[in-house]
Amino acid sequence: MFNIERWQEIFETLRKNKLRTFLTGISVASGIFILVILLGFNSGITNGVRSQFERDATNKISVRTGTTSKGYKGLNPGRNIQLYNEDYSNLNDKYAAYIEHKTAVTTIWGGQVTYQNQSGNYRVEGANPDMQFIENASLLNGRFINAADIHESRKVAVIGHKVQQDIFKNENPIGKNIAIYGIKFKVVGVYSDPGGERENAKVFIPITTFQMTFNGGNRVRSIVYTFNMDEDLDVAVAASTAFSSLLEKDIKNKYSVAPDDRSAVRVYNTLEESKKIYSLINTIRAVFWFVGLGTIVAGVVGVGNIMIIVVKERTKEIGIRKALGATPNAIIMMILQEAVFITTLSGLIGLITGMGLLEIVSPLVDSDFIKFPNVDFNTAIITLSILIIAGVLSGFIPAYRAAKVLPIEALRNG
Amino acid sequence: MIEIKDLHKSYTMGNNSLHVLKGINFNASEGELVSIMGSSGSGKSTFLNILGMLDEADEGSYFLDGVPIKNLNEKIAANYRNQFLGFIFQSFNLINYKTALDNVAMPLYYQGKKRKERIEKSMHYLEKVGLADWATHLPNELSGGQKQRVAIARALASDPKVLLADEPTGALDTKTSYEVMQLIQEINDEGKTILIVTHEPDIAQMTKRIVNLKDGLIIDDVLVPKPVRAASHV
Repeated sequence: MFNIERWQEIFETLRKNKLRTFLTGISVASGIFILVILLGFNSGITNGVRSQFERDATNKISVRTGTTSKGYKGLNPGRNIQLYNEDYSNLNDKYAAYIEHKTAVTTIWGGQVTYQNQSGNYRVEGANPDMQFIENASLLNGRFINAADIHESRKVAVIGHKVQQDIFKNENPIGKNIAIYGIKFKVVGVYSDPGGERENAKVFIPITTFQMTFNGGNRVRSIVYTFNMDEDLDVAVAASTAFSSLLEKDIKNKYSVAPDDRSAVRVYNTLEESKKIYSLINTIRAVFWFVGLGTIVAGVVGVGNIMIIVVKERTKEIGIRKALGATPNAIIMMILQEAVFITTLSGLIGLITGMGLLEIVSPLVDSDFIKFPNVDFNTAIITLSILIIAGVLSGFIPAYRAAKVLPIEALRNG
Repeated sequence: MIEIKDLHKSYTMGNNSLHVLKGINFNASEGELVSIMGSSGSGKSTFLNILGMLDEADEGSYFLDGVPIKNLNEKIAANYRNQFLGFIFQSFNLINYKTALDNVAMPLYYQGKKRKERIEKSMHYLEKVGLADWATHLPNELSGGQKQRVAIARALASDPKVLLADEPTGALDTKTSYEVMQLIQEINDEGKTILIVTHEPDIAQMTKRIVNLKDGLIIDDVLVPKPVRAASHV
């Protein structure tokens, strides 16, 4: 491989056959180019979908209620099922071992929030301190709701990043009073949520304050948990699915809801959903690799094909070389190295062009589902190894044929 | 230099076995210039191929400069060809995308010589055949005679023990043939052993010894009393 003389010999051959070299190279370069673009977009899709899921904790389980759609135990359909504080605390006690974070939620959709002469309509939610982790929110400023706020029903609020921008502009909101439907709350924190603008346009207040202030009684709109995750995704999914069905059964029992009534009690399990999405992503990745490798195989077969023609075309030359003292090994290495050199060089060109294009296109892609398409170092190394192996494979059969050329046959007065 | 005893060679074609060489005994000592003659089918090309280790005999012994040539694998055969033999072909067999100089350097490349040495030596042999000015030309820019002289320079480049020429003048006109023969005679004068396969009597008369093959046997092996000097015809 590191025989300089042989490389000189190969470069000379390639230089003398520029068109052939060029055409051979193009098939491999385009194969790798397509593979890189596909893999880049695959990572873009993965990034995009992942960021969609980062909106909330991935192990979130939420319980919501609605109206019954079926009669059960002599009760008519159309009953409204309502959760109460008591349900929340009962479930908390019963399933303490499974639960990581917990909150009950009450909501005002599009509540009017005012600061001085600026106002806007935002979703106002009464929540427990754990809401921060369930929402996957990070604090930009100040603090989140704490246990004391809940206990003392303090009139404090944590506002989203978007709310701050809208009504506070550049002012520091901490310690300032905002009015929600005219009732004053003190801003104690500003959060940011990776889930996008809508998730950043909310105001959280302690649930106890919410229930007192907005005539909520002891009613709760939903109960949200995160689940103690097992390291193994499959185990975690199974456990959380089991947990959510227990929750569902408990509540349905308590309110006499038909076990198959899906509209009265809904338990939504993010982990289960995210597992589906991740398996979708894996499928997409597999398909992309398959298509990409297929393209490379086509390129490699192309190189092999051309090398076979090359060997045929050079039969006489190979015969001459053998008559002059070329060993079969020397001939094999000559053809093999030529094939490896062409595939590797043109593959590198395809790789660099593909990565370059992704580099240019990546910042321009503006879609929720495709973010930062790129190819990481590992993938690049893998593709490179594929290339070299492909080069060896594509060169092997032609090289073997070349080694079998009989000098007498090749030289017969042709 | 060459000692051959009871050489047999058959080819199988389908169900028929063709006995081409039927027991050849042949010796050539150093510095000889031998022509091997015979009609087509006499086995002279097969004989030359065996001499050139491009083919192997079924029976018999072959010693080249005291080295037994038998049971060769391809690698050893290639090395022996490279060290011991220089080939000159009827159709020149130059590599058409390589310059005259690079063609001459080819055997040296397979000897593992460094580029600098290859170029120096090749240039020396190109000068010897009078084509130093044509070193950078491709074969298709050369005349037939010039091509054959490049081929001769190539055969000489590895400083072989024996030159084997298969109809070296077969593709050339009379005048050019004599020029090539003149060169071959000059090389022989320097002591190189040369074997020429030919069917042209005038070419054979320019060698020192004529061996006649017929139906796979040597029927006639005579010394030429006074070889014709090719130079006198040029």
